[in-house]
This record gives sequence, C-alpha cells and structure tokens, in this order.
Amino acid sequence: MAVSEAQVLEHSGANEHHDDHEHHGNFVTNYIFSLDHKVIGKQFLLTGIFWAIIGGGLSIIFRLQLGFPDMDLEWLRPLLGKWITDTGKLDTEFYLALVTMHGTIMVFFVLTAGLSGTFSNFLIPLQIGARDMASGFMNMLSYWLFFLSSVIMFISLFIETGPAGGGWTIYPPLSALPQAISGSGLGMTLWLVAMVFFIASSLLGGINYISTIINLRTEGMSFTRMPLTIWAFFLTAILGLLSFPVLFACALLLVFDRSFGTSFYLSDIYIGGEALPNTGGSPILFQHLFWFLGHPEVYIIILPALGITSEIISTNARKPIFGYRAMIGSMMGIGVLSFVVWAHHMFVTGMSPFLGSIFMILTLIIAVPSAIKGFNYITTLWRGNIRFTPAMLFSIGLVSLFISGGVTGIFLGNSALDIFLHDTYFVVAHFHLVMGSSAFFGMVAGIYHWYPKMFGRMMDDKLGYIHFWLTFVGVYLVFFPMHYIGIAGFPRRYYSFTNFDAFSSFGDLNMFVSAAAIITFGAQFIFLFNFFYSMIRGRKAPENPWESNTLEWTTPRVPGHGNWPGEIPTVYRWPYDYSKPGSESDFIPQTIPLSSTPESNLAHEEESAKTEQVDK
Amino acid sequence: MDTAFPLKRKDKGTSFKLHPQKVALWLFLVSVFMLFAAWTSAYVVKQSDGTIPDLEIPLMFDYSTIVVVLSSVTMHMAYIFSKRNQILNIKISLLATALLGVTFLVMQCMAAVEFTNAGGYWVGHPMSSFVYVLAGAHGVHLVSAIIFLVIVVNAAFRYRVHSKSMVRIEMCTTYWHFLGGLWMYLYLFLTLNH
Ligand code: HEM
Ligand SMILES: [Cu+2]
Repeated sequence: MAVSEAQVLEHSGANEHHDDHEHHGNFVTNYIFSLDHKVIGKQFLLTGIFWAIIGGGLSIIFRLQLGFPDMDLEWLRPLLGKWITDTGKLDTEFYLALVTMHGTIMVFFVLTAGLSGTFSNFLIPLQIGARDMASGFMNMLSYWLFFLSSVIMFISLFIETGPAGGGWTIYPPLSALPQAISGSGLGMTLWLVAMVFFIASSLLGGINYISTIINLRTEGMSFTRMPLTIWAFFLTAILGLLSFPVLFACALLLVFDRSFGTSFYLSDIYIGGEALPNTGGSPILFQHLFWFLGHPEVYIIILPALGITSEIISTNARKPIFGYRAMIGSMMGIGVLSFVVWAHHMFVTGMSPFLGSIFMILTLIIAVPSAIKGFNYITTLWRGNIRFTPAMLFSIGLVSLFISGGVTGIFLGNSALDIFLHDTYFVVAHFHLVMGSSAFFGMVAGIYHWYPKMFGRMMDDKLGYIHFWLTFVGVYLVFFPMHYIGIAGFPRRYYSFTNFDAFSSFGDLNMFVSAAAIITFGAQFIFLFNFFYSMIRGRKAPENPWESNTLEWTTPRVPGHGNWPGEIPTVYRWPYDYSKPGSESDFIPQTIPLSSTPESNLAHEEESAKTEQVDK
Repeated sequence: MDTAFPLKRKDKGTSFKLHPQKVALWLFLVSVFMLFAAWTSAYVVKQSDGTIPDLEIPLMFDYSTIVVVLSSVTMHMAYIFSKRNQILNIKISLLATALLGVTFLVMQCMAAVEFTNAGGYWVGHPMSSFVYVLAGAHGVHLVSAIIFLVIVVNAAFRYRVHSKSMVRIEMCTTYWHFLGGLWMYLYLFLTLNH
C-alpha cells in the first residue's frame, strides 16, 4: 500500500503544542501502534471477536456437561488434558472455572471492550465530524492496556491450577482463600491483575470519548443534533467513569485480603476445623462494592447497543426516530437510576426488608425509561418503509430480546419473588436475553451496518439472513426454556442435577437447550466466514450504501487518517430527516443546509434557514 | 488506509469548547473521587456493624493536614505569580510547594508508625486497615502530583511558565488543590468517624 507523504498536523482547537509530525506510515504505525481511531476501533473489534469465540467455546463445553451428563468426554482430552477425569468426565472445579471465565470474558472483554471499544472509537469522530479523538495517544494506550489485560486473562486459562473459579462476580470468601478451591489460587490472582489493566483501559478510553464529544464536534453539531449513537456512547462513558473506579476499589481490597493479610471481606472462617486469623471483615461489603459497579456495568453494555439500534432502525425504517429527546431523556434516566439499584442483586443477603422494598421500588422504576425506549423503537418501525437489511433484522431482534428479557427483570425486581428466583436459572435466562443476547445482537447489527465504512466492502446479505434467522431462533430456544428450569428451582452454577429426583424430569429440556446452543454457536461461523471473506472478496461499497444521513457517509469509501480529504463538513440539521414531507428524496443528510430545502422545511426551520451561514 | 489526509490545524468546530487536556484532567479527578467515595462508603458500612475496635487516629495527621494546606497556599501563589510573570517568585513558590509535599509524605509515614505503635495494625481489624488504605492511596496520588510538579518546575526554570503559557501550571494547581481537598475530606472523615 502506497502511503502518501502528506503531512499530518495535530488536530486541536485549543491545544497548546502544534508539533507538525510527518506521517510516514509503515506497517507498524499504521496497523499496530496506530493513533488513528478507526484502526484502534478495528483492533478492539478483532480482539473482541477473538474473545467471543473463546467465551462461546467455553460455554459449549459446560453445556455438554449440563445437557448430556452421561456423555464420555474423553475426546476433549487433547484440548483439556487433565481437566477430563479418568472416567471421561469434566472435572468439577474446572466446570466452575469454565462458568467463571465464560461470564468474565463475555461481560468485560466482548460486550464492554469489544462493543464500546469498537464503536465508540470508530464512530465518535466520524459522526461528530472530527479528524480523530482528543488524544490519539491515550486512545492507543487504552487499546494496548486492554490487549495486555487480554493476554494475562488468556494465560490464566492454561495454568496448572486453572483459571479463576469463583464466578464472574468473584464473591469472597471463596475467591479470597486460595485453599478454598484451586480456582482461587494463581488463576484468581491473574484475574485480578488482568482486571486492573482492564479498568485502566476503560477509564482512558472513557475520558477520551467524553472529551472528544465535548470538544471536537464540527460546526453546527450541537448536542441536540447528535446522532443517538453518540449520545449512547457519551452516557456509557460517563457511567464507566463513575463505576469502574469502584470496581477498582473493590478489587484492590480483595487483593489485600488475598495476598497481604488483611481481612476486609473475611471473618470467622474455619478451614478443615482450623480457624483463620481473620476477624471483623464482611463478605457482604464486597457485594455492595461489586454491584455498585456491577449494575451500571450492565447498562454500560446495553446502552451502546441501544444507540446503534436507534440509528439502524431509523435509517432502515426510513423514518425519523420516534421521540428523539425522549430517547436521550430515558438514557439519562437509566444512567442515573442505574446507580441506585445495585442491592437488587443482594435481596437474600439478609438485608432489612424495609431497605429491600426501597431497592425494589427503585429497581421497578428503571422499567419505565427502558419501556420508553422499547415503545419508541416500535413506533419508529410502525408504518415505516422498512428495508430488511441484516443490520436491521439484528436491530429488530435486539428490540425483541430486550423486551422479553426486561419483563423477567420485573419479576426479579420484586424482593419477595426474588427469594425464590435468586441464583436459579431464571436469573440466567433474564440476563442472557436482556443483556447477553441483546447486546450481542446490537454488536452484530453494528458490524453489518458499518462494515462498508470499516473495510470499504459490503458483506454478503444472503449469508447475513441465514445468520440472523439461525441466531434469532437459536437464542430463544436456548434461553427461553431456562425460565422454566429456573422456576422449577434449578440453582445456577451447579455441576450436575442427576442426583436430585425433583430435577430428573428436566433432563430432556437441558439436552434440548444444549443442542440449541451448539447449533447457535455453529451459526456464528457463517458470520465469521462472511466477515473475513468480504474483506477481500466483498462487493465494493458505495459511499453511502444505506442512504443514511449521518456524517460518516460523507467520507471517501475508505477514509484515511483525518477522515475527510478536504474541509470538515458543517452540519445544518439533525440526523433523522428521513421521508420528510415535501422532500423528493427520502433522506436529507446532515450536511444539506436548511436554506436549500425550502420545500420540506418546517416552520421553525424556515426561520433558522433565513439566518443560516452556508460555506461554499 | 493508503492515504493520510492533511489534518488541518484550524478546523472549524462548535463554539462550545473546553480545553481538551483540562477536561481530561477533570474527568480523571472524577474517577479518583469515586475511588475514595467507594472506600469511605465501605468504611461507613463496616462501621455500622458495630464491632469497632478502639483506635486513636494518629496525632501526626493534625500536623500533616496543616502542611498540606500550606502547600496549597504556595501552589496558588505560584499560579498567581505566573499570571503576573514574576518568574523568580514562581520558581520559589513551586519549590516550596514541592518541599511541603515531600514533608507531608514523610509525616504520613511517621503517622503510620505512630498508628502501628498505638495498636492500629495493617493486618488486623478492617477498621485499622482502612486507615492505611485511605492514607496510602492518597499518598500514591500525591507522589504523582509531585512528579507533575517537578515537570512544571523544570518548565519554569526554562522560562516556559508565564502569563501566556498557563495551561500546565493551571492543571498542576487544579490537581494539587484537589488532592489537598481530598486529604481534608479524609482527615475530617477519619477524625469525625472515630
Ligand atoms: C426492567 C429492568 C430490569 C430489572 C427490573 C432487572 C432486575 C434484576 C434483578 C432483580 C436481578 C437480580 C436477580 C438475582 O440475582 O436474584 C437482575 C439480574 C441481572 N440483570 Fe437485570 N433487570 C433489568 C434489566 C436489566 C438489563 C437492561 C440488563 C443488562 C443490560 C440486566 C442485566 C442483569 C444481569 C447481568 C443480572 C445477573 C447478574 C448475576 O447475578 O450474574 N438487567 N436483574
Ligand atoms: Cu442489576
């Protein structure tokens, strides 16, 4: 690839130093230690995809155990070695490690870093009209810290004592005492170290996203003209900034307990009849700190997916998003409320019933802004000229999953019901629909939609449709039955149920779930093939394949570093002028001045058109 | 990615603009604040258990608090002097600040010794470990502020800190005052909660 010797100057309005550095691209600076937000976004994406395969693969292994408890797993020995016991069964402690790593990988590495990292990086500068992030260096650092964290977490999969095994929520005392299970030994230490780097990476990324959105918007891009994707990334970054330090605080105390003799989370523990010296600590304290991050974290995962969906649904329904301001308002509402509901994960820790009912009410209130978003998606689709692109299908799929999963949240939010449902498969079903599958659908929708801008080529639609239908039907078949299993009382994280007569009638259902999971997982390889094959062989993308209004579609087919070859475009209108009455075309990009569309202007727009300054 | 477009220095933008590095600093401060908010809330939750060991907060904290307040005063003087271009005074007050900062850290270490002697062990009841965590984490941040300060001092000696080049010293002042304020908060928190 020929790299032109064009000078790249630091883009910054108020920046003090304007070092004009030459942009001699070579492979390393262009693709590895790149400062270009688009490359960094793709790095996050590829790492996220890598982790998704690992995380999904782990779940298939434990689903084999759950669905086919009598199966001989000898054939997995080449892969798992001594984690397959002599009788050809999965080692029980390794089962816990699998569940733990599946959760950790999916929540943090795929749906936080892979989703936010990819799309915040890729889309923020492109959609607000900036040349790059506020600090390219911090951005690069953010990726490489994530990479380091990934390497450490990956290594922990292969160590002698196995990776962390205390669940993705790493509750002490289990996680604090290496003598408790093998997964609380070195694996847990590596988990904590990896998460420290992960937190640092998220904070660096978040600080950058926020200051970019505040400072680098192009002329005319007021906050009320920002696409909802950008609003979602903005609020997500704020949530992360407020909650990740708390996870750090929580994890650091655990590190002290594990390795430096303190007893923040430990008290009155006997192992093998012998008392440990720790007194005065409380494991409940850990849960408070953890869930103060943990609950906002679930919204850190879902908000970007919801933002992406807003954009895709509006574009492909050829209609303005319904209730733009209500969408922003409800995201803000969700953001604020997400900090005051954490104890709904702790209803059964012996908290006072009065406190429980306060958290119950706050939790149920969250359903209101969530429902507003759901209704707005549906009303946007209502009577639209819908174009069923793969991205659109996945977005609609997200709406469906978000609603089905949200409804079960309302069950769980009732402190009385939760006494029964807590830690059963009902919870697993709830969050896999509302968070896991929804956010995954949002991520995939985003990839299908912005692939043309990322790689300059189109993905194959037919494969996309097959991928969608298999995945959509698949995730419902996997997670819907789990509600019944949960209501029947199956606890989560149990290795096997064959010893309980009460559960024997659910053996078939578990088998069914496992089979569906394997098929759904398999279907993802269609996507992977499509993704990599289209990079080389895909049809060349037009500049604006979806006839969309936002700024990224005004860049060249494959934008270079700096995004726009000439001037940065000016913005004259909000991003959702689709099918505007009076207009001939069914979309009016943000760069078209109001003064040139008198036929479709609304009364107040006609007013502002009079004073509009249009550059030539 | 075979072209690199000229990134123009004078790109147009929104009229609503803040200094990007300052915004980044403020956001960083927010996350530091959240860190300490988490620990102090955890402390309160722990305290409400009722099993509080009888521990005295070291007397040395009273003195170190005075030192940190003084350092904020000298830091602010440096800031005002740079606005007025009084180069010599900038250097003096910056050095004084750095000196006070180091003194503060030494006093915090002495406080730790005092605390240990009075039975407040690191390995022991969480309530005493918390004192170390709070003061220690604050100290670590203060070390980073001293490093920042040294960078500014270095710039001052090269005549790079004056009324037309204020960003660095402004940011340093912000950070310093923030850490001073944070310590005041921790000090009051610990003394009033005991
Ligand atoms: C209608 C709104 C929602 C309500 C009322 C709600 C309520 C709850 C409650 C009460 C629990 C705890 C159940 C238990 O452990 O016993 C829970 C678990 C969970 N929820 Fe939700 N939820 C809602 C929406 C969401 C959303 C939007 C997400 C993610 C994007 C989410 C993700 C999770 C996760 C990950 C867990 C399980 C964590 C774990 O224990 O591993 N929830 N939800
Ligand atoms: Cu929650």
